Amino acid sequence: MLRKSLLYMSLFLYCLFYGGFANSQASRDYISIVGSSTVYPFTTVAAERYGRSTNFKTPKVESTGSGGGLKLFCGGIGAQHPDITNSSRAIKDSEIRLCAENGISEIIEVKIGYDGIVLSNSLEAKSFNLTLKEIFLALAKNIPDASGKIISNPYQKWNEINPKLPDQAIEIMGPPPTSGTRDAFVELAMEGGCKAFSSIRDLKNSNGDRYKSICHGIREDGAFIEAGENDNLIIQKLETNPNALGIFGYSFLDQNNDKVKGTLVDSVEPTFENIAEGSYPISRPLYFYVKKAHVGVIPGLKEFLREFTSERAWGEDGYLSDRGLIPMPDEERFMVGEAVNSLTAM
Amino acid sequence: MSKKNLSLSTQQKVRKSLSSRYKKETLFQYFGLSSLSVGIIFLVIFFYSVLSQGFSAFTQTYISLKVDFSDNLVVKNNKIDSIDSNFDAIIRSALRERFPEVNNRRDRRELYKLISIGAVYQLIDHLDMSPGDVGSREILSFPTSSDVDMYVKGNIDRKLDESKRTISNNQMMWIDELVEKGEIKMKFNSALFSNGDSREPELAGIYSALKGSFLMLFITLIVSFPVGIAAAIYLEEFAPKNKISDLIEVNINNLAAVPSIVFGLLGLAVFINWFGIPRSSPLVGGLVLSLLTLPVIIISSRAAITAIPPSIKEAALGVGASHMQVVAHHILPLAFPGMLTGAIIGMSRALGESAPLLMIGMVAFIVDIPSVITDPSSALPVQIYLWADSPERAFAERTSAAIIILLGFLLTMNLLAIYLRKKFERKW
Repeated sequence: MLRKSLLYMSLFLYCLFYGGFANSQASRDYISIVGSSTVYPFTTVAAERYGRSTNFKTPKVESTGSGGGLKLFCGGIGAQHPDITNSSRAIKDSEIRLCAENGISEIIEVKIGYDGIVLSNSLEAKSFNLTLKEIFLALAKNIPDASGKIISNPYQKWNEINPKLPDQAIEIMGPPPTSGTRDAFVELAMEGGCKAFSSIRDLKNSNGDRYKSICHGIREDGAFIEAGENDNLIIQKLETNPNALGIFGYSFLDQNNDKVKGTLVDSVEPTFENIAEGSYPISRPLYFYVKKAHVGVIPGLKEFLREFTSERAWGEDGYLSDRGLIPMPDEERFMVGEAVNSLTAM
Repeated sequence: MSKKNLSLSTQQKVRKSLSSRYKKETLFQYFGLSSLSVGIIFLVIFFYSVLSQGFSAFTQTYISLKVDFSDNLVVKNNKIDSIDSNFDAIIRSALRERFPEVNNRRDRRELYKLISIGAVYQLIDHLDMSPGDVGSREILSFPTSSDVDMYVKGNIDRKLDESKRTISNNQMMWIDELVEKGEIKMKFNSALFSNGDSREPELAGIYSALKGSFLMLFITLIVSFPVGIAAAIYLEEFAPKNKISDLIEVNINNLAAVPSIVFGLLGLAVFINWFGIPRSSPLVGGLVLSLLTLPVIIISSRAAITAIPPSIKEAALGVGASHMQVVAHHILPLAFPGMLTGAIIGMSRALGESAPLLMIGMVAFIVDIPSVITDPSSALPVQIYLWADSPERAFAERTSAAIIILLGFLLTMNLLAIYLRKKFERKW
């Protein structure tokens, strides 16, 4: 009896490990997408519409972060590797090299539109109007004093930075360092404000590391609060704490207009129009990358690209703009769309 | 020692310390009671916030519309051609007919937004089921968009400025009229239980996640239960007691306390990268979770075996049973209820896990319902996490609803464990 059951057990395991998925791995009948959590809300909408309106299966979309996504993407060619990766930044040279080492020589870059990063506070609180320099002074770990010497950030209240700002403690909630939103915020807002100091600007050429550590260093004395990757949580906290500001993507402001409002940056309000025309300073392009070798192997990949680059998806009034994606100007959209649908690799 | 103390009799000493000893006891009781009440208060707050938020997600607003199936449909070979037929137009013309006074383009766009995009798919399904309706007019009810749903449920403040609301003044007027005439009604939200994930809150459901969880638990059970019991019996009954078996025991206890994300990393390295099991499949999820539950099952099974009085085993050996017979005829049947309880508790822990699934790609947007163990799927706790992270307002209540459902399953499993223990428990 024992011998028989052992035999069955090993047979079962054999089927499980070889028969079962050796076949399923050789081919895949759905598209596998990984990557940025910022692009995730847009890709999933497009994936769902594509799945419902075609006979193909709905693509699987994982949210792994831009860096993690590119790492998986560059793992190799074959059904066990993802076909598309979302990214809230452009692919780096090192990542292109990694891809090439694993045999992925042709990558199609798809720029899908723009995303704004907003500083928001509760509707009940006073509106802020900050310059990038003030944002830097409020958030940086180390700042230059009047003589240009680097000191640790002494500001505890907004009116200490600029007497016109309200007399309240600096309290800003934002994403952790693993987040692409944080990366972009540091690069666009902090570094932008940092460069306003001529002494630091000079440092960029003479001592790049020092420049980066000053401009990218966020204070750790409690004025900046890491609130986790969950932006809904930040909005909930802003509602209960009118003194605090929160950092998140524009799509969350768009959905919660009745709870929070955007802070003006350099006197520009974070609205759809202002981000689209580029006058709002903290905005960045969003991308996804496609493995050309998988087109024609994984069913429906080409059709998915056509759906994503269709006017009803990423156009001015497309369903992606309903979700807070800021579309590219007509001309750019047309150019990117042409290149993508003719499968032009980078 | 003072003289006074020495002069006291034992009885007097006892009497003297009595009050302070009683005081200590009451103090300890109060301490215990207050810790208990802190626990209860937190539990009540948790249940209150989840239930009060999540309850409204079990209903969904539906709008009744008279749709005209005589136009916009293309029939080829007695079948409706779904590519050439314009289902959108059918719904739009039904809305225009209901509100004939709306005629500028911008207002019409607002009008169309009252209805969920899922209405089109519902229409297609309806015509598949009853193709005889072509050419006639029918009153059908469609889910409204999630903004309308939120408004009707009172989650959008109508006093706010129009630009700060997701519902415009016009839309508010239309909805109020429809509600008054009974054309917008609340119904049971069956989509929540029959659909997969969706980015439209009114179409989103937990069925794909639930099925993923069940497939995963099935794998976990068939892998970890037999292996766990076999390991426990061998360690208790057959293994020689030496340094190696001690080391194994320490390691098993240690594994039970390892953070679950570590098992996820292990699963990624071994099952996905080495064995080549497809990412995001319930098969790899179940194998990872069985690593997680294995120590729990081994420990509880060993405890169940040790609880059997040695006299039973000795009597069996005494009448000439072999060691194998003792195990198969006496130890296993007597310890089985305890082993089962341990397995169920291990399973309920596995059901609530999401951290290890992150590493193996199960934190993903899955619309299609998984049918076999190699299809991509997510799991219940993962679905909760994904919805909690979505910007759309209506997902907040669905998150709570999913938590209620998960809690329901956990409660059922734990009650089952208690029931089995009570039913089969033997006293010696």
